[in-house]
Amino acid sequence: MAEATAAAAHAQGLWTDAWQRLRRSRAAIVAATLLLLVIVLAIAGPWLSAYTVEQVDWSQATLATPPSLENGHWFGTDANGRDLFVRVWIGTRMSLLVALLSTLVSVAVGVAWGATAGYLGGRVDDWMMRFVDVLYALPYMFFVIILTVVFGRSLVLIFLAIGAVGWLTMARIVRGQALALRNREFVEAAIALGLPTSTIIARHIVPNVLGTVIVYATLTVPQVILFESFLSFLGLGVQEPLTSLGRLVAEGALEMESSPWLLLVPSAVLATILLCLNFLGDGLRDALDPRQRA
Amino acid sequence: MTVPMTTTTTPANLLEVRDLGVRFATAQGTVQAVEDVSIAMRAGECLAIVGESGSGKSQLLLACLGLLAANGTARGSVRFGGVELLGADERTLNAVRGTGIALLPQDPLSSLTPHLRIETLLTEGLLDRGLATRAQARQRALRALGEVGIDDPEARLRQYSHELSGGMRQRVALATALMCEPRLLFADEPTTALDVSVQARVLELLAGVRDRGLGVLIITHDLGVVAGLADRVAVMYAGRIVETATTAELFRAPCHPYTAALLAAVPRLDDGAQSRLPGIAGDPPQPTMRFPGCAFAPRCEFALDECSAQRPELRTVGVSGSAAAGTVACYRPLHAAAAGEAAP
Amino acid sequence: MTALLRVESASVRYVLRGRGLFAPVRHLQALQDVSIEIPEDGRLGVVGESGSGKSTLARLVLGLVRADAGRVYWQGRAIAYDEPEAMRGLRRELQVVFQDPFGSLDPRMTAGEAVGEALQALAGPVPSVAAQDRIVAALAEVGLGAAFANRYPHQLSGGQCQRVAIARATVTRPRLLVCDEAVSALDVSVQAQIVNLLHELSERHSMSLLFISHNLAVVRHLCDHVAVLQRGRLVEQGNRDAIFATPQSQYTRDLLAAVPRLPAKRQGT
Repeated sequence: MAEATAAAAHAQGLWTDAWQRLRRSRAAIVAATLLLLVIVLAIAGPWLSAYTVEQVDWSQATLATPPSLENGHWFGTDANGRDLFVRVWIGTRMSLLVALLSTLVSVAVGVAWGATAGYLGGRVDDWMMRFVDVLYALPYMFFVIILTVVFGRSLVLIFLAIGAVGWLTMARIVRGQALALRNREFVEAAIALGLPTSTIIARHIVPNVLGTVIVYATLTVPQVILFESFLSFLGLGVQEPLTSLGRLVAEGALEMESSPWLLLVPSAVLATILLCLNFLGDGLRDALDPRQRA
Repeated sequence: MTVPMTTTTTPANLLEVRDLGVRFATAQGTVQAVEDVSIAMRAGECLAIVGESGSGKSQLLLACLGLLAANGTARGSVRFGGVELLGADERTLNAVRGTGIALLPQDPLSSLTPHLRIETLLTEGLLDRGLATRAQARQRALRALGEVGIDDPEARLRQYSHELSGGMRQRVALATALMCEPRLLFADEPTTALDVSVQARVLELLAGVRDRGLGVLIITHDLGVVAGLADRVAVMYAGRIVETATTAELFRAPCHPYTAALLAAVPRLDDGAQSRLPGIAGDPPQPTMRFPGCAFAPRCEFALDECSAQRPELRTVGVSGSAAAGTVACYRPLHAAAAGEAAP
Repeated sequence: MTALLRVESASVRYVLRGRGLFAPVRHLQALQDVSIEIPEDGRLGVVGESGSGKSTLARLVLGLVRADAGRVYWQGRAIAYDEPEAMRGLRRELQVVFQDPFGSLDPRMTAGEAVGEALQALAGPVPSVAAQDRIVAALAEVGLGAAFANRYPHQLSGGQCQRVAIARATVTRPRLLVCDEAVSALDVSVQAQIVNLLHELSERHSMSLLFISHNLAVVRHLCDHVAVLQRGRLVEQGNRDAIFATPQSQYTRDLLAAVPRLPAKRQGT
């Protein structure tokens, strides 16, 4: 048949298709590479330096020294004499970890909630989304502070608190997509096969919203990092001796006039991560857009 | 190579398309959607372009109006009333769009802006150009609605497009197209989204438009529409014209094997109701495919080796220069009456 | 002889939800007191214009919407749409092909996976080797080679997608196939192929058809019985030749008259 000659030689999955389109976006590739570099440094950076995160270097003339290549403090030291290079990468680890885990929580909860509400529709959808609306209206900072006071400042609490906020918008977005998908004929075909609702949602709805979810998740991560930084700024985030980019920025802001590098370096890393994630998110959105199928 | 379709003694052509080619730059390489298409139209006649999906008929329309997507380029010549449209700047094109050539798009639900009232939709063309005052435009709108057979036009002006039925929306779209009194109407699949009973009425309206002296270029895959409305037909396959003829000749004696197969594949109410419809094997070609020879050869039951090797040119059929003359691009046309070569 | 499928006095009302949580509801009567019958090995065409309720009828039969009144009988027994166990058996016998060839396949599943899902859902757990054979056989029967099992819908043409949809619907050899405007979105030349395919499958496997369409000419070629719907009501029903040759109702006559007639080819050419 003529189809054999005309059709593609090998199966082209939708993900392969999207990956090729992503590769063509220079901004996205540069952003992804930079991001990868930051991650590698976050993991390996502290090992490169001779110092540890809490080690105070008494050997320098003053406690807070500017960046220099000779004395091994490539990013300088902070007001307590601790090496900034190591602290910045440890801090980056923490920020990225918080961002990743919180985003995973909000994706998991948001997708499940939104897909179910959108698919089931009707009154169930109404009530589920009104619940989301009510939560949206609540002053979450207020609750985070109360929770922190009640349960103490644990890392788990921070993950949950941030995730608990992030899932709301994810749920709304997924619900809109699920609502549109529900009326597509392939979902009706699945119903006609007698598949149970949970299977239809898991097998047909969720994979088809993943494109949007991935894009939105990359755009949420910056928000999460900023939120965590804000919490740290308020003193509610991670505790010593662990640090995060937010804490570093907060501490650096205090020493801005005398030791500007303490503010500039962590801010630069934070800004790089945020910008890269935004560009990557844009690139992913274009790559996964089904209308641009080549 | 151009194929003049009218005699040299008739008035100047309203629309002259010569060697039009449309190509798109895609990630997969260049896609040739339309190639070497030449057509000519006069006022007061209806030309139907017939083709299936992938034939390039819609791109032909868009190219004439300068509405191609960003990655599309057109070459060749499109002359409307003597003015070259291809490659013209936006000002020239805007002067032609609406007042010279009007477009009746395919789906009236999406082509009528949902949040605007009918009156706004009808009058914006005139008002934007300063061609009439608001009161004059309103009067014209009422008249236009009347011409397309919509009753209670006063009430309709205040309504929104979603409050109207499909047939009425299409009539409003037609009225909108006629508001600026164009000389040529492009209709893109005007009856596809409509019920059969409503189709007949819309076709009547289009016939009325043609009888009033406008030219009507209609794109369709529906041969019933062709039979009911068109004076002449051009059949497109894989971006090229493979046959042209008057409507009567096309149905009575199709020359190109594709045309004949297409006609045979249409189920009719008045034939012998044999259960097996003679279809055409294979699928309509995608625009990405390239053929060194005739694009229809892989599916053609009469194909010879030379058909796949070298593409046949359009030749005149019938007495050259007569009103019933047509053209066909085939080495083995179904009627060996292909007399004479095409004029250069 | 009991009919394979019988719809008795079915009425379906859609609830149009107003805005907001507490808005009043409005109704749209999609079907009113409609009764149709499909004999064994019969092919019933249901024709009507938009808003006639023919798609609603298809969905009613499949259990995708519930009737507010009336019942549907399968081989003489009332169908209990609310009982999952009973429905599982029924779904194997009663399948559907929808209108939009691209929309009716999950864009993220290959043709083989789509057919495989139907097989697993309807025929119970099938060992993967046997399942693979049956998938390839199902695709071959609709005219697609084994290579198509790995293709995604966006790599297929409209006609090929519809063939996959037909393969998916017929892999378990249902007794009745509901075709909801199954050829309306296809090119003319492809439409003819699919109509022929449906006819062939129907003959070969003694599969009845419930063929919903607005295209009277296609129905005339494919079906032996015809029912005409207008605004949710059954206008007339009967043998195909009777309906087309001597329609009893004015609406049917108007419908037939509105179909454009193509001039015939000159004889001997």
